Amino acid sequence: MAGKLDLDPRVVRKARRLAARAGQPVVDLARSHTTVSVERAVLRLAGVRGADPDGIPWVNRLVDAVVADVGLEHGVSLPVFDALRDYGDITVLAQKAAAGAVRFRVPSSSHAARRTAVKFARVGLARVDRRRAERDRLIKRWGDPSQRPWIYLIVATGDIHEDIPQAQAAARAGADVIAVIRSTGQSLLDYVPEGATREGFAGTYATQENFRLMRAALDETSKELGRYVRLTNYASGLCMPEMAVMAGLERLDMMLNDSMYGILFRDINPIRTFVDQRFSRQVHARAGIIINTGEDNYLTTADPVEAAHTVTVSQLLNEFFAHEAGLADPQLGIGHAFEINPDVPESFRLELAHALLARELFPDAPLKWMPPTKHMTGDVFRGNLLDGFFNLAGAMTGQSILLVGMMTEAVVTPWLSDRDIALQNVRYVLGAAGNLHEDFVPARGGFIQRRAHQVLGEAIDLLDRIADDTLLNAIADGTFGIMRRPADRGKGLDGVAAHAGDYFNPVTELLEAS
Amino acid sequence: MTIVRPYGDTTGDGMVQLSFTLPIPYDKRAEGAALQLAAKMGMDPAMLVHSRQMGDGFTFFVVYGRVRHLVDTEQVQVVERDFPLLSAKEVNAAIKRGLRRRLSVVGACIGTDAHTVGIDAILNLKGIAGEKGLESYREMAVLNMGSQVSVPELVEAAREARADAVLVSQVVTQRDAHLHNTRALSAAFREALPAGRRPLLIAGGPRFDELMAGELGVDRIFGRGTTPREVASYLVHAVVEGTR
Ligand code: B12
Repeated sequence: MAGKLDLDPRVVRKARRLAARAGQPVVDLARSHTTVSVERAVLRLAGVRGADPDGIPWVNRLVDAVVADVGLEHGVSLPVFDALRDYGDITVLAQKAAAGAVRFRVPSSSHAARRTAVKFARVGLARVDRRRAERDRLIKRWGDPSQRPWIYLIVATGDIHEDIPQAQAAARAGADVIAVIRSTGQSLLDYVPEGATREGFAGTYATQENFRLMRAALDETSKELGRYVRLTNYASGLCMPEMAVMAGLERLDMMLNDSMYGILFRDINPIRTFVDQRFSRQVHARAGIIINTGEDNYLTTADPVEAAHTVTVSQLLNEFFAHEAGLADPQLGIGHAFEINPDVPESFRLELAHALLARELFPDAPLKWMPPTKHMTGDVFRGNLLDGFFNLAGAMTGQSILLVGMMTEAVVTPWLSDRDIALQNVRYVLGAAGNLHEDFVPARGGFIQRRAHQVLGEAIDLLDRIADDTLLNAIADGTFGIMRRPADRGKGLDGVAAHAGDYFNPVTELLEAS
Repeated sequence: MTIVRPYGDTTGDGMVQLSFTLPIPYDKRAEGAALQLAAKMGMDPAMLVHSRQMGDGFTFFVVYGRVRHLVDTEQVQVVERDFPLLSAKEVNAAIKRGLRRRLSVVGACIGTDAHTVGIDAILNLKGIAGEKGLESYREMAVLNMGSQVSVPELVEAAREARADAVLVSQVVTQRDAHLHNTRALSAAFREALPAGRRPLLIAGGPRFDELMAGELGVDRIFGRGTTPREVASYLVHAVVEGTR
């Protein structure tokens, strides 16, 4: 690697080896457990739709009914497809089960149920495959953005019908990727709300219907602009696997999907998260979705200089988990951020060192470069300047996806005019210096190189310790984002079960066979 | 002199700047509409210095102008610190002397809010701005419940810890979430505990109006830039000296 930082390829290989050693036990755990949300995701792929009059989805009612009769450890597929023989339609089965009219069993000779389950799963995955092919076709027809980084903008009104015109306006103004932020609190709902929604807090509920409406609207706009505008949402929280399935079914293009965000910032149980994580990434891999990881968040609770190496460690772990789940490098939107306190001397040079380190460690990944948030204040003028420097650092270090920073970050969820001003900032910087990465080569042995080497060195030391002590212990000890999260605590643990000997999941089988 | 006017570059010029968006496309009439708004807001003369259409139906304006309004600094209403700022040592000594037991504090982010940095800054050892948090005070027993705590859980924990004070943080303000949650908090405590046994209720977060404490049913609100020492000093003032 004849990079700009003179990283020693042997050191980089060592870092990856250690990440694999630290990550493997967690993968083993994920392979030998299931969760209620993984099982619901399977049923969603198999075609269970809709919700009861209280808004609780039939997939929840069905899984609850199966679990009450035979437990979670066998997976729900055999009991459900065994019972389906008597009902024909799977949503009808769910409704009957919710009414208490079905007795589930784990069929002893399970061949017939197995075959039916695989058949249904195949049909579901074929729909995901068709959406992926459709994306490829539309990108061919309408084209990719003409520049890198892609410009990524957030909408968050809480009302899908308000979000749509805002998203379309943002795309016309230059956004290449639109992210619809989710309502606060959705991550901790153990079900996915149904239908079009208009009442989120600081974000809009992620529902399959909202996904569909927004994708259709952006298709219209893409056509008008002659450029395929990508749509992002979140595969996170207690329903991560189901979000992944919905995204695949509705042709979303990117999903936030971090291996530790839910653990650290939503206090979701670590095992629940890792099990959900692996399944959701397998589905994303199949759907051709680019994941975005969340290392930027650690830097809001930990110090970005002191904890810079924890970002590198997390990036390497995220990469390992992603590869293991079948994602390819062009699908790894690995995250990092410009969060150093601007009052720290040389803060910009430190940012450049960190950003370049990520660039050189993951040369084929579409890195996601996140703007300053924590040190944004009510002084919006200074904020706009800081965002300009962030954009410049992105251009100088060849970042791939640039989340547009808002000068009002500390004040409100963005107004229409905030977005317009922010885009002008981006356009100015990319227009004036978009190719500066060609000329920007840090001095050999200079400040930036030395800092990058230091961070990588610290990352290796930490990985070494994690590999010996286990990742779960490291998370429990507050290694990441100074949040302490023990493996036996946190939300959603009661929805986890170790596989019984006859555990069966048709979707995992198909995904791992392909 | 208690009467002042805004200051541009000359005393008394009354100059201010203002930016806003109107939901109309850009044209001459839009400019006129922006000036009309400025005039109604008391800017006279108003200068429209920038307008820019955004998307199909919106225009962004920047207006500079002179306002007629006078500000009387004597009529300003704010929550001023009405208690002495104590050192950690003084806080500990006052609690020991006044309560003869440790002062029990329970803190949390309630509702669906997951922003813990603010309450952690007040409670945790690490603190903020060079000041250590309440956990570092020998005479305080602090329970920090973290984020996304429900009101009933908080009431239970406060009861169990025989809390002298309950501290909650609210950062998300969209659709007035912080106001709804704080009201729910005070209502729940009123319902669960008789007046004499109710802990002091303190809310904090960067977008609260400190004047709203009464209306929200809490004893005190702390805003942007609060430090742990201020909170500790207030606790001494309100709990130990019983002045609430
Ligand atoms: C860090 C951060 C996060 C982190 C939080 C990590 C964590 N564990 O806390 C993460 C990444 C997880 C996050 C997530 C989200 N965030 Co956020 N986040 C921020 C950010 C960048 C900084 C906040 C911060 O840490 N400030 C530093 C602390 C020290 O300051 P403080 O909170 O004001 O606290 C001080 C005082 O207010 C006071 N205080 C605060 N609480 C209390 C309590 C008591 C009792 C007392 C006495 C004093 C006190 O004392 C503190 C010390 O001085 C702000 C933007 C900004 N720059 O402000 C957005 C911001 C707060 N987030 C926002 C949003 C919308 C979200 C999300 C909802 C986005 C989404 N839809 O997914 C999610 C929240 C999910 C949820 N369930 O809450 C919005 C809120 C908008 C609004 N006004 O409603 C902001 C303003 C960004 C924006 N412009 O959109 N966020």
